[in-house]
Amino acid sequence: MTSMSKILGAAATLALSAGAALAEPGLIIDLGGKFDKSFNESAYTGAQRWVEETGGDYVETELQSEAQREQTMRRMAERGANPVVVLGFANASTLEKVAPDYPDTNFVIIDEQVDQPNVKSIKFAEHEGSYLAGMMAAIASETGTVSFVGGMDVPLIRKFACGYAQGAKAVNEDIEVIQNMTGTTPAAWNDPVKGGELTRSQISQGSDVVYAAAGGTGVGVLQAAADEGIYAIGVDSNQNYMHPETMLTSMVKRVDNAVYDAFEAAEAGTLETGLEVLDLESEGVALAMDENNEDLVTEEMRTAIDEAKQQIIAGEIEVHDYTETDSCPVEM
Amino acid sequence: MDFLTIIQIGDSTIRLATPLLLACLAGLFSERSGIIDIGLEGKMLISAFFSAAVAALTGSVWLGLLAGVAAAVIFSLIHGLASITFRGDQLISGVALNFLASGMSVLIAQDIFAQGGRTPSLSGDARFASLDLPFAEALSGVPILGPIYSDMLSGHTILVYVALLAVPATWYVLFRTRFGLRLRAVGENPGAVDTAGVSVKRLRYGAVLICGLLSGLGGAYLSTGLAAGFTQEMTAGRGYIALAALIFAKWRPWQALGACLLFGFLQAVSNRFNSIDLILFEIPNAFVLALPYILTVVILAGFVGRAVPPRAGGTPYVKER
Repeated sequence: MTSMSKILGAAATLALSAGAALAEPGLIIDLGGKFDKSFNESAYTGAQRWVEETGGDYVETELQSEAQREQTMRRMAERGANPVVVLGFANASTLEKVAPDYPDTNFVIIDEQVDQPNVKSIKFAEHEGSYLAGMMAAIASETGTVSFVGGMDVPLIRKFACGYAQGAKAVNEDIEVIQNMTGTTPAAWNDPVKGGELTRSQISQGSDVVYAAAGGTGVGVLQAAADEGIYAIGVDSNQNYMHPETMLTSMVKRVDNAVYDAFEAAEAGTLETGLEVLDLESEGVALAMDENNEDLVTEEMRTAIDEAKQQIIAGEIEVHDYTETDSCPVEM
Repeated sequence: MDFLTIIQIGDSTIRLATPLLLACLAGLFSERSGIIDIGLEGKMLISAFFSAAVAALTGSVWLGLLAGVAAAVIFSLIHGLASITFRGDQLISGVALNFLASGMSVLIAQDIFAQGGRTPSLSGDARFASLDLPFAEALSGVPILGPIYSDMLSGHTILVYVALLAVPATWYVLFRTRFGLRLRAVGENPGAVDTAGVSVKRLRYGAVLICGLLSGLGGAYLSTGLAAGFTQEMTAGRGYIALAALIFAKWRPWQALGACLLFGFLQAVSNRFNSIDLILFEIPNAFVLALPYILTVVILAGFVGRAVPPRAGGTPYVKER
């Protein structure tokens, strides 16, 4: 009995000391899930790459409901994870409250800005990438109508839509851009049936290229596009492989790089808090070109996109960011 | 709104109404026999999962359908066991089954496929293909009726037609057969049925089995007909809307078809238009989506006729000794 309790005691001490020494980075996967083939999966891939390349370890949890945000964030910080990476704009208000309570822990939030001394905010220039996607859609479209399916109706998703519409109109002034949002609650990220139905409705209105920025709902959008034989554009992760015959491209948001860099900087002790915007220039957003879509991408598209990309980087083309004014300059 | 738009909305209405209709008829059988079934959502969800999972593993959508229906029937039997044999509270049993389906589907999916609680995307024979009705091609040139037939009614998956045929079948079974008469009687006055020497338990079990079969078809349609695979909580409240439709239809089959088509139509309209512009004011999308529930409340409140549920609904039958 005594030897048993000794072993247990030793184990407990070991566990305690391990807890104290833990300075591993932490990642909180957001609603939508680790394998949403999109935003969260991209973050997960980045973390996995970091593990493979550095041999390091990180802690990870997955949110199951909206109500768990604060509790999960606090627990992660209390376990000693540093930095704690949270994904998505929906964490902003919670982080605003939690971050001051853990001044020694650094937090990284992706997709939203939180002004706290120990928070690094990473935002992406989705409007710029979507602009290029819109150009490509407009060139590929034969009907003169392209469409957009968003997930939850929030400013961030409207930012995608607005950039897309601007790009499409830049190629063809008369093009019609149809826009639908799946819903107004977080369930809108996970309703492929409705996503597919919205897509069919857009196709019946003449759309022949659809751009999905809708998390898990997007799976249904891309599927409907493949079923009906129109082009589709994926988002966040490179989704070209999902339907090689119909996937025109994917507007890749390098969430994986953001997570990877945050982990690496934290290990080297060089993590800088404050706002960082990843744009076309820093390749934080880009159109995915790979062997799955090389047959669909014409020379015309390549030249137009490369040119526009250079112009955006040089500041010659100014793409309007929806979130700055809560309005879009082009008609949808 | 031009004719083509109406056809397209009609097409979408049929797709969206089908899962509601199957679930609604499922509920109709169960509730007519006196077993309230709030677990339609859970049965559809578990069937959606098993049909997609088995279809993904075997590559055959028919085996998937079989598995999905079997899962829903098992859930029905659990509900029957709790509420008929053990005379438990029917609402509690139904709610419990909903939770069980929600958790179990994701857990098993994660264990088998390790893709975050979803099944892989289905393709080819693992999904229901769309079915062209006879002469759809030839008749498409006929004005008005041609497009209605070939674009709106033709080109759906087989489950859509099964659901539509289930309506007259339900009507026939309930109102023209001995089984139907007894089923309706057992929902109104089980004591009388028992006095006549007919087993109340057997009738009610029969009803919940049919309920499982129909809701299983509805779930399979969601994951292997409409979508291509299972995702977490993919029924998204359709089981509850079906219950609303059942009340709206006052527990009658043809009216159930009407109610489901109306609710499907409202969803289709809200998908198609971001807001509806009536000349004086604008109806926002969210209002259109909320209409099914509002209409049901109006009906329940007794403003438009009265909705009288089967009298013995919700009360377990205790045989007198």
